[in-house]
Amino acid sequence: MAEEECIPIDSEIDIVTARQRGREMAARLGFSSTELTLIATAISEVARNIVEYASDGEISLSVAAQGDKRGIVVIACDNGPGIPDIKLAMQDGYSTGKSLGLGLPGAKRLMDEFEIVSEVGKGTKITMKKWVQKNGR
Amino acid sequence: MSVPILKQGDYLIASIQSELSDADLLKLRDDLVRRVSDFRTKGVIVDVTVLDVMDSFATRTLRAMAHMIMLRGAQTIIVGIQPEVAFSMVQLGLKLEGVETALDLDEGLELLDRRTKRG
Repeated sequence: MAEEECIPIDSEIDIVTARQRGREMAARLGFSSTELTLIATAISEVARNIVEYASDGEISLSVAAQGDKRGIVVIACDNGPGIPDIKLAMQDGYSTGKSLGLGLPGAKRLMDEFEIVSEVGKGTKITMKKWVQKNGR
Repeated sequence: MSVPILKQGDYLIASIQSELSDADLLKLRDDLVRRVSDFRTKGVIVDVTVLDVMDSFATRTLRAMAHMIMLRGAQTIIVGIQPEVAFSMVQLGLKLEGVETALDLDEGLELLDRRTKRG
């Protein structure tokens, strides 16, 4: 199951495409329907972050394997302005845009792993993972 | 994909048929806020049963729409939020403060009847 998909994010319409592809890949991996929704929503938030702050970037989806665990990896990359203060950006309710400021901290809560690397003037890379729960279905 | 808006009695019913882009949602908001006066509508129902994702943007837009419709003198009820969607909204920390919800269209209509016909 070595699949990988890359979805360019140039406009808000791509947000819908990215979350649908993510949901499809996660469904093939055997996630429960609740988890599919959590994953699709998290993808929606990080994709929206690209559209709102960086104007273009991409979302790549791939399968993660660790021992007998399987999961989905979502990487959101952009060459935007970067985030000067990640700690601040990850606080609920903080936003420099016109959003609610729940996108990034919210996405982190929806996924199992969340890592953000950003350099001002260069861009931002968010890596999120969610593992299939063996007994959860 | 634009959302059909149906008139039923004093009410407007917007039944979302497929996943919506941000632009579609904003258009729905603008259409509904404008059309409230067309039939002197007292109540609006937005059926979101088919939405399998309600992220921060969708939630914020629906909430703003309900408040705008209220300012125009009508009541909005959001119906059909799926269990998975409710779960993920709560995890995300999203609230539909000040917006009434009902399980489905039938219950939404009943609630509107109670809200608009009494007193």
